[in-house]
Amino acid sequence: MRKIVERSLRQAGLDLSEVFQAGNGAEALSTLKESQVDLILCDINMPVMDGIQFIKQLPGIEGAKNVPVVMITTEGSEAHVVEALSCGARGYIRKPFTPEQVKEHVVPVLAGKI
Amino acid sequence: MTTSGRALATANTHQNWIPLLEMSTREVFELMLSCQLAPVPGIDESGMDVTSMVGLAGQLCGVITVRCHERTAILMASKMLGLPVEKVGPHFSDAIGEVCNMVAGNFKNKIAGLSDGCMLSPPSVITGSNYSLRSLADSPALQVRMLFENLPIVITLQIHT
Repeated sequence: MRKIVERSLRQAGLDLSEVFQAGNGAEALSTLKESQVDLILCDINMPVMDGIQFIKQLPGIEGAKNVPVVMITTEGSEAHVVEALSCGARGYIRKPFTPEQVKEHVVPVLAGKI
Repeated sequence: MTTSGRALATANTHQNWIPLLEMSTREVFELMLSCQLAPVPGIDESGMDVTSMVGLAGQLCGVITVRCHERTAILMASKMLGLPVEKVGPHFSDAIGEVCNMVAGNFKNKIAGLSDGCMLSPPSVITGSNYSLRSLADSPALQVRMLFENLPIVITLQIHT
């Protein structure tokens, strides 16, 4: 899925200088301790550390606490949406998705409009 | 309603889910692979050697599987990742796992009340065809058979009531 998301971002016309990939929330936190990013796209349902736990721990990472997070997941329930947004997610994309849908959600977030 | 009446109603409800299972599958292939699936009444399932499974728990318990031949899974991955078929390699397992995950999620989100009340497991993928799968399902499996680029795929939902 990580490769599919990256491909969708490129298909949507976003200029990606570098993409870091992590298999779960814990890996992502480790990556963020060493790398600066402009946007985080994150699944909810992941092994080891899920997306909700990840986003709750994000403020503890100095260089990442203000980085916007957009969730991408099959978990489209109202409860999951509310929980993700209350934890700080700026947007929510439900799988399956088109590159256009990714662009619609990601561009405003990157532009600071959401 | 008698016990047998309730059982019948449950079975009927589940049979009514077949069009939703088909629609869920079609949407995943149209949006993620830019492919239209064609319905097919009967297909030869022998030799299907890739099976992806996602478990359902909560208000609906069971398992959804997507089965196909390895070459079909490779073609799925090729279309999802925008890679030539010969460069897909082991990514086909991730691709069919994700397809199954999306079909399961899309399906449960189409059923009122299930979206919040049903959790999905991460997908598992079995390669090889010489195995038997025994789930706790206690009602007839719902099955959808379709053609993806003229290659057969079978989507099955087994439910434990």
